[in-house]
Amino acid sequence: MKTAFSQSVTSDSPQRGGLSDKQSKGMSQKAEVNFCLFVLVHPHPNPPPSRGRGAELISLFLILLFSLGLFSPSYAFAADISLHGFFQGNYSFGTRANPDGGDFKLAEERLQLKLDASKEPFRLFIKTDAFFDHIDEKGDVELREGYIDYTAKKWDLRIGRQVITWGLGDLLFINDVFPKDYEAFFSGRPMEYLKKGVDGVKVGLYPVFASFEFIAVPFFEPNNYPDARRFHMFDPMPNVTNREEKDPASNFKNTELALRIYRGIAGFDASLYFYRGFFRQPWMMPDNPMMPTKLSLFYPKLSVYGASLQGRALEGVLSVETGYYDSKQDRSGTDYTVPNSQTRFLIGYQRQLWEDFTVGLQYYMEYMHDYSEYKRAQPAGFPKDRKLEQLATVRLTQFLMHQNLRLSLFSFWSPSDGDYMLNPEIKYNFSDHVWGAVGGNIYGGGERWSQFGQLDKNDNIYLQLRYEF
Amino acid sequence: MRRFLVFLVIILFPLEASAITADEVMKKSQEAFLYPGKDFKSRVMMKLISKGGQERIRELTMLRKNYGESGGDQKYFIYFFQPADVKDMTFMVYKYPVKDDDRWLFVPAINMVRRIAAQDKRSSFVGSDFTYEDVSGRDIEDDTHAIVKEEKVGAKDCYVIKSTPKAADVDYSYKLSWIDKTTFLPVKEEYYDRRGELYKVFTADEVKDVKGFPTVTKRTMKNLQSGHRTEVTYIKSDYNIGIEDSLFSERYLRQPPKRWIE
Repeated sequence: MKTAFSQSVTSDSPQRGGLSDKQSKGMSQKAEVNFCLFVLVHPHPNPPPSRGRGAELISLFLILLFSLGLFSPSYAFAADISLHGFFQGNYSFGTRANPDGGDFKLAEERLQLKLDASKEPFRLFIKTDAFFDHIDEKGDVELREGYIDYTAKKWDLRIGRQVITWGLGDLLFINDVFPKDYEAFFSGRPMEYLKKGVDGVKVGLYPVFASFEFIAVPFFEPNNYPDARRFHMFDPMPNVTNREEKDPASNFKNTELALRIYRGIAGFDASLYFYRGFFRQPWMMPDNPMMPTKLSLFYPKLSVYGASLQGRALEGVLSVETGYYDSKQDRSGTDYTVPNSQTRFLIGYQRQLWEDFTVGLQYYMEYMHDYSEYKRAQPAGFPKDRKLEQLATVRLTQFLMHQNLRLSLFSFWSPSDGDYMLNPEIKYNFSDHVWGAVGGNIYGGGERWSQFGQLDKNDNIYLQLRYEF
Repeated sequence: MRRFLVFLVIILFPLEASAITADEVMKKSQEAFLYPGKDFKSRVMMKLISKGGQERIRELTMLRKNYGESGGDQKYFIYFFQPADVKDMTFMVYKYPVKDDDRWLFVPAINMVRRIAAQDKRSSFVGSDFTYEDVSGRDIEDDTHAIVKEEKVGAKDCYVIKSTPKAADVDYSYKLSWIDKTTFLPVKEEYYDRRGELYKVFTADEVKDVKGFPTVTKRTMKNLQSGHRTEVTYIKSDYNIGIEDSLFSERYLRQPPKRWIE
């Protein structure tokens, strides 16, 4: 199952295989090796090479250039500048030792600075983190967001590193095709760290009849998956450690394009989505199918056509979202190294049952097209993926003490694989500036390769403590 | 004899003499309190004060625009300055007199706009002692109203209105409102719980004239049972500033225009 979320779990080959117990038990070493041909990526046995983000330099350059203008004595005089941020400690303790023997999934302190400077019609926003990671014992600086806005009456422009969130799902993503950091999510970072920025341009057009959001991203950014040294993950080819990751080249042809058109229709918020780009989860190509010595990780081409609708219904908020995943390198469904095309569907319902208590329910499904071709293309004796994968979520949220205390529980349940994830959390605002949260990520059920089942040994308890200014 | 009759008429029919019904008083009060002007903007400071004196701040800009006549649809746009963990959040409400509101929240940290469930208008607004209804108004038809007496509060002549909710699922069994006869603004409100005990008190602590509209610029809601109270100050208010319809849109929820929120 490859919900955007489940993609997070890097080795979802078995899910694609949709192995039955019988199949799995009977699997030979060879079969297992072959098996990963179809699969998606596995945790990197070695840390992946650090990704040079060319766009980072360009963004920084643009921002610097702009800042010079904005802060030049005459202009800054009239500009409106604010500086905010936080200092944060974030620790996550695994209930079992990590693969490399460590106890912590995460242990770091972090300083975030947010600079916001505006002088209509321009605005500059920079969000930068400096952090020290106690596990790797190193510090670094990270540009989370950095962009310039230009706002006109009927259109606007945002250029630089920016976070884009589309679609209606609560941790289930169909039309939110933008990069995610699943390691952050699984190890108990605050939710905002699930989203990664893209380096690109966004143009908004606002004629009377509908609104348009057009995005061009020349620099590909993949999802981030859990580090194999910190997370126990299923890896069907642990012996093949020579893995090479190939990003799509940054050129005009590979520029990702995304369009969202939205408007209100009879009290509902309606959106249409289009995306042309790449899967953000790498797929594997072995150098030799029978005796692989090297795996190439690549990102197949993808287009997504989707729609969503959200509004008041049944005394709550009802959301419906769907998307067609056009796997352009395997439209016939016969290439087992590339995913088949899919139709994804999500229905969600949220309701406040009593004061400050809200329930959110979601049901998600993924239907594989060309299933018979897919079955035929598999080498003989191979496990097959299910034609229909399903996932359900429940979110409960209760605020107490004048909303200073929040109790929440988020859970995933897979009717197809029988696995689950639970995320209970208590958050308390000690003051207007200091809050802390304690929570847990608990995984289980299913099989050792199913998306949450394989995380079984990674249960963790996390602490987030933040001083905001 | 004739003098005696006149006297009788006066003491027996004082309310008829003023020629106004309880519903009319409440309607005029709603007009004066929640609907003045075509639109309205205010920088609002809320202090949430616990029994022990601990303070929490909510600072926001509230923009409101009326659609149709008084008592009709309204749109609200709220931008939060404080506390730090909600800074830059925006909140939008399309308020309808009979049906449930539409509410949207923008969460800047993940650049996400989402609708939020809004069934219970008696829920606390941002954790304060005020409810959503206290901020944007309660439908007059949801209660039955009666003038119980007229009396002075300080120097103000007031109608005292008893409002009893028609539905059973409301947190109070009835409410007494002291409505200023001149401005029709509420001067004081008392909420009685299901056992008939006083549990919440609203007071209008300061009224100022803003562009010819008498405006409650300081107000307090105190919960007598918990000892918690919320003090609200309108630091800067203005009416009829020409807020465009387009402000109440996803576009501006994501990118609130400085000139409207500052």
